[in-house]
Amino acid sequence: MSEPIYRANVLVCTGTGCDSSGAGSVIDALRGEVERRELQGEVRVIETGCRGFCAMGPIVIVYPEGLFYCQVQTTDVEELVEETLVKGRILQRLVFEVPHSQQAVPFYDEIPFYEKQQRITLRNCGVIDPESIDEYIARGGYEALGKVLSEMSSEDVIEEVKASGLRGRGGAGFLTGLKWEFTARAPGDVKYVVCNADEGDPGAFMDRSILEGDPHSVIEGMAICGYSVGSSEGYVYCRAEYPLAIKRLRLAIEQAEEYGLLGDDIFGSGFGFHLKIKEGAGAFVCGEETALIASIEGKRGEPRPRPPFPAVSGLWGKPTNNNNVKSYANVPQIIRNGAEWFAAIGTPRSPGTAIFALTGKVENTGLIEVPMGITLREIIYDIGGGIPDGKEFKAVQTGGPLGGCLPASGLDLQVDFDSLRQAGAVMGSGGMIVVDEETCMVEFSKYFLTFASAESCGKCVPCRVGGRRMLEILTRITEGEGTPEDIDQIKEIAKGMDSDSLCALGQLTPGPIMSALRYFEDEFHAHINEDRCPAKQCVNMISYYVSPETCVGCGMCKRECPVQVIDGERRMIHIINQDGCIKCNTCFEVCPFDAIVKLSGGEIEVPEEPIPVGSFGK
Amino acid sequence: MAQIKSLEELRRLRERVERDISTRRDTGTTIIVGMGTCGIASGARETMRAILEEVRRRDMDVNVTTVGCIGMCNKEPLVDIEQAGKPRVSYGNITPDMAPRLIEEHLVNGQVVEEWVVGRLQEDE
Ligand SMILES: Cc1cc2nc3c(=O)[nH]c(=O)nc-3n(C[C@H](O)[C@H](O)[C@H](O)COP(=O)(O)O)c2cc1C
Ligand code: FES
Repeated sequence: MSEPIYRANVLVCTGTGCDSSGAGSVIDALRGEVERRELQGEVRVIETGCRGFCAMGPIVIVYPEGLFYCQVQTTDVEELVEETLVKGRILQRLVFEVPHSQQAVPFYDEIPFYEKQQRITLRNCGVIDPESIDEYIARGGYEALGKVLSEMSSEDVIEEVKASGLRGRGGAGFLTGLKWEFTARAPGDVKYVVCNADEGDPGAFMDRSILEGDPHSVIEGMAICGYSVGSSEGYVYCRAEYPLAIKRLRLAIEQAEEYGLLGDDIFGSGFGFHLKIKEGAGAFVCGEETALIASIEGKRGEPRPRPPFPAVSGLWGKPTNNNNVKSYANVPQIIRNGAEWFAAIGTPRSPGTAIFALTGKVENTGLIEVPMGITLREIIYDIGGGIPDGKEFKAVQTGGPLGGCLPASGLDLQVDFDSLRQAGAVMGSGGMIVVDEETCMVEFSKYFLTFASAESCGKCVPCRVGGRRMLEILTRITEGEGTPEDIDQIKEIAKGMDSDSLCALGQLTPGPIMSALRYFEDEFHAHINEDRCPAKQCVNMISYYVSPETCVGCGMCKRECPVQVIDGERRMIHIINQDGCIKCNTCFEVCPFDAIVKLSGGEIEVPEEPIPVGSFGK
Repeated sequence: MAQIKSLEELRRLRERVERDISTRRDTGTTIIVGMGTCGIASGARETMRAILEEVRRRDMDVNVTTVGCIGMCNKEPLVDIEQAGKPRVSYGNITPDMAPRLIEEHLVNGQVVEEWVVGRLQEDE
């Protein structure tokens, strides 16, 4: 053996997040510095997929110690190599610090962000080099495929997947094994396996991370599926906006073909499986399975009514099994470790883990994988580190633009497919947006509605027109023009969209508004009946005043006001001219004495014109 | 690349490539080489290379890491061996030619090379 043994592995995340914060040049600098110090025979620099903590990127992890360095820049590289790789010392200034407590946590496995996580689907992401099939194999990769092809019948495989209780990770949570069985039983010689990697939910990037960080797990899962449903051809439908994912997947397919793990007669079993990539243009509706299939066929990406389901009549009219990236990625481990192992993780009816893209008003944002059944409080406070700037938690939206929100009373909810649905939110694709007290829930639901209605394909009326009408109503409400009938109208439109839309896009578009109404109806009423936005965000309903008691007459607000509607000289109480104010919030931000008062639905008493500081009310 | 035609062949390949990622696992055994300025000056780099070479030759499952100066500069190069459940043993003045014997006796035969020992550290001290 001529391959040297490396005492240290330096893993640099080159996921899309870290890449955009400069991981590429950090890698080059690291390789250069390692060579300059002639360490290349002992230290290996490896590019990996996403670690989930993208906000702290570029992330560099040094093994065997498991040292976790964040926000590493090229200027840090020389010292990093000197201190850590030569002298074995921790470079304190690159170590992660817990927000608030400022406690330094140098080791990967002790960082609170990771402590409550359980990485199963993402087990290889950030740990192996995704461009090396050998590293995947070193972690047990393709053993499940080998086992399936040499020891199991296709019925055995389906039974095993059914027994694991795996539910589809694409949103609806349908039992994966059962779906496979439908496809397997459907009559026909030619069948297809499709992987849905469209990932249209804005802000979600778990599927991308898997394709970028562990592409072979998806390939292996799809090949196993092909064997059990009787298909020798698969398609991965991935949006073209994911160039790195596509590149790594393509490379992985080539490597698997070279090893004979894709192609004809895999493992000498006679079973063959071929995989192709189909790039999508990135329309949200193309994530819906019938639209996706139409798009692969080269047709316009529009959904069609189901049944027939793709399992019976899918791609080119043939029986087709479609699953999400994460669903496939879980399969090899279920086969390797057994259905019981998987079923024991999570909750009885939702076994396994959930992956969320945690964003919004939390200290630590990123991609997390947690066992089903964990509470929202644990996710938001223990992993997410709580709400920044001492603000109050207000709501959390799960399931993306077709999901729903939950208020503080839902924080102790144990998250799984069913509990979320009962509470009016959904698991969906795994988006999780946390908002604080400064978010207006009418505005918040309007944001999702704007997205969903813009992405309507227009084929069916309830979705196309219903979405627009609802958006008009919400816009009116946020502008202070709402009427008492609006709420009933929203509810009526929602009912129609839910029952009459062609696909789940239209059916679920009212979700965010309905859940906001369920938990925050008072806020809607305040807008409509009192012209008041409780979160003080809707500009037509707020006003700014200079508090005559607090103002010291420093003139800062007057100087900074972009429309010059503030009156007053030095040492005089300043006055905002209400008619000209554009509610830009500048004075509120710049006043060094917190003398600017922001009000919605009320006013305070101020002098008619500037008077000397201290003389008000005397 | 050769095609993999059976589960056996896959497992053989796995054994071969597993070592590549072994530093990313806890092997239970760590060899720690003192790499302060003092260590480097007295030849710790060469000692480490010799240790790595020996580990490779014997295809052993151990992690090799470095550590800064620990204040026994006259005993450099210092090499510590840490095994799960056993006290950490520090060896002093380890030159490259001593590496094979150190590894053979301590790690393969499980016997501490008493004459080279300069200290012992109980776990969790
Ligand atoms: C508008 C819309 C968008 C969707 N987008 C996705 C998507 O991006 N990825 C996905 O896997 N499923 C998406 N789905 C769900 C798919 O139709 C389908 O249920 C899913 O791919 C099945 O996979 P699973 O059984 O593994 O969950 C979407 C559904 C709708 C209605
Ligand atoms: S891209 Fe690097 S941690 Fe996510």
